[in-house]
Amino acid sequence: MRLIRYLRVALESITAHKLRAILTMLGIIIGVAAVLTTMGIGRGAAANITQRIQSQGTNLLSISPGASSVGGLSGGAGSASTLTVGDAKALQDLTLHPSLALVAPEYGANARLVVGDTNTQNQVTGVTADYAQVRNLEVASGRFLTPTDSEGQSRVAVLGSELAGDLFGGGNPVGLSVRINGEPYQVIGVLEETGGFGRTSPDMQAYIPLEVAQGRLFNAPRYRGDYTVSSINVQVVSEDRVDEAQSQIETTLRLRHNLRADQENDFNIFDQASLLETVADISQSLTIFLGAIGAISLLVGGIGIMNIMLVSVTERTREIGLRRAVGAHDQDILLQFLVEALVLCFIGGLIGVGLAYGVAALFARIPALTFNVVIQPDSLALALSFSLLAGLVFGIYPAMRATQLDPIEALRSE
Amino acid sequence: MIPDMQSANGHFIQLENVTKVYQMGTVQVHALQGVSLAVQQGEYVAVMGASGSGKSTLMNMIGLLDRPTSGSYRIRGTEASQLSKRRLADLRNREIGFVFQQFNLLARISAHRQVELPLFYAGISSRKGREMAHQALALVGLAERANHRPEELSGGEQQRVAIARALVNQPGLLLADEPTGALDSKTGDEVLDLIDRLQAQGLTVIVVTHDPQVAQRAQRVITLSDGKVISDEENGKKLARWVMEVGHETD
Repeated sequence: MRLIRYLRVALESITAHKLRAILTMLGIIIGVAAVLTTMGIGRGAAANITQRIQSQGTNLLSISPGASSVGGLSGGAGSASTLTVGDAKALQDLTLHPSLALVAPEYGANARLVVGDTNTQNQVTGVTADYAQVRNLEVASGRFLTPTDSEGQSRVAVLGSELAGDLFGGGNPVGLSVRINGEPYQVIGVLEETGGFGRTSPDMQAYIPLEVAQGRLFNAPRYRGDYTVSSINVQVVSEDRVDEAQSQIETTLRLRHNLRADQENDFNIFDQASLLETVADISQSLTIFLGAIGAISLLVGGIGIMNIMLVSVTERTREIGLRRAVGAHDQDILLQFLVEALVLCFIGGLIGVGLAYGVAALFARIPALTFNVVIQPDSLALALSFSLLAGLVFGIYPAMRATQLDPIEALRSE
Repeated sequence: MIPDMQSANGHFIQLENVTKVYQMGTVQVHALQGVSLAVQQGEYVAVMGASGSGKSTLMNMIGLLDRPTSGSYRIRGTEASQLSKRRLADLRNREIGFVFQQFNLLARISAHRQVELPLFYAGISSRKGREMAHQALALVGLAERANHRPEELSGGEQQRVAIARALVNQPGLLLADEPTGALDSKTGDEVLDLIDRLQAQGLTVIVVTHDPQVAQRAQRVITLSDGKVISDEENGKKLARWVMEVGHETD
């Protein structure tokens, strides 16, 4: 009950000296805003990366050619590809590999794409019909490749959204022609934007039938009579069977590649789940790191509060003297200054929260940023309790100084 | 509004052989050297003296802001010279209303809240406090200006708010330290008239001043010099003599 009256005294004193109050709060405002925004950026970026990986499906495995060892000599990773279409076909045998749902090999390389005067160098990837489903690609207009396209070795292409824009401007390119390394291909579809970035993003690629890419376009190297592939994408039946799928693939490929028990795999299997775990680990460290930087600014803000409170105690010597004269105890003076510091820090914390939301809203308006600043309730609670703690820790010393003033001296001071 | 309770021997305050020694570095300053005096309930006393005479120390002692080095100080029968800081604060809150030269009002806070301040430390509920503050402001003729802040009030009005604050908890003693020091003579007179009226209603008043005009209003003038009472007389001719002899030195 008495505390509520101290709260009123504190609020009265704060509103009576607004500039002093704002100066005192400034450190906490900036500190809290810094903690929330930095942690928000860390979390936002992590969520963005995680979501991108998840959008490709966490039950996705990717097999790529690894170090081949021919006659006991081990080459570097990917030195000579031993991963072939035959391997992909073998994996498609679902009785041997019950945990695999879809198998989609791909062969990609850079090629020159020309439409009229527009001329670009892009990744062109040969894929099968299942590829779209395995990689979660959606068609915006037209259609994706079909088994018929593969069988007929049709010179048709599906374009990523950004590539389609680069080549054809705003218009719908379906039905038009694009020259890839000099030969005309008919555009049969355009993909939805995936939001990935870099040259390997589906948005920047052209997809053509696998057989066409391996044969007439790139003339891919062969291994034991089969065309080699860049990688084989595998969709596992469900996420919990990823481990099982990995060992099934390993068994089949080792057998097909005639690897002895003492030889290492000449292929690598990447799984999205473990990648996701790694990202989660990294992002957690990142969030803690950024939060720690914010916490330092909060600490500096707290010290700022202590400084201004100390100055304010000196400045308010007469007030303290008067309060003494009309009957204030040590405890009354202590509580008054402490409650004032706590109230200032709490209000400062709230303003800091507001500021952080403002910054988050600002970030959301920057189109180049692919992630949002994510402010979560737990970081809100953390920031506010930290600012209250700062008020307590940094308010107590000035408050104690205030109680130590001699009322006679205090009343005499000018 | 003044309680008529008195101590057993009829004195409101009684100092007996009070000394106060300050340690200033290695030097001992004897601010009070055996002061004995008694003030009756309802008396109007002026304390005069040049600066350094010990009148501020005496005022602090009477106002329970300081404790004597030796001797006894009783206020309404309570021996105050050995009380703890806490008990002194409570006694000060109940028994003494301070009025200062510089008013000592809190900045940017309404007159009403200024007056409520001692009640806050007395632990009186805010509802009852509002009522008491209103009465005290009415007593000094400022009921209409209750919501004004100090910077919206004239000097005289500010000092009247300070007087209302001093009286709100119904103390027995009004202790005024140069109450007109910061006012022009006209508003100063108004403030002194107010103090006269309050005293006439039964309040005990002690005014510390070096201004003979102010001291003239008191019934009794105590003069200090070098920490000792050099005269303690009924007001009248003696004051005129004091003005002749000492006044020109201090002014």
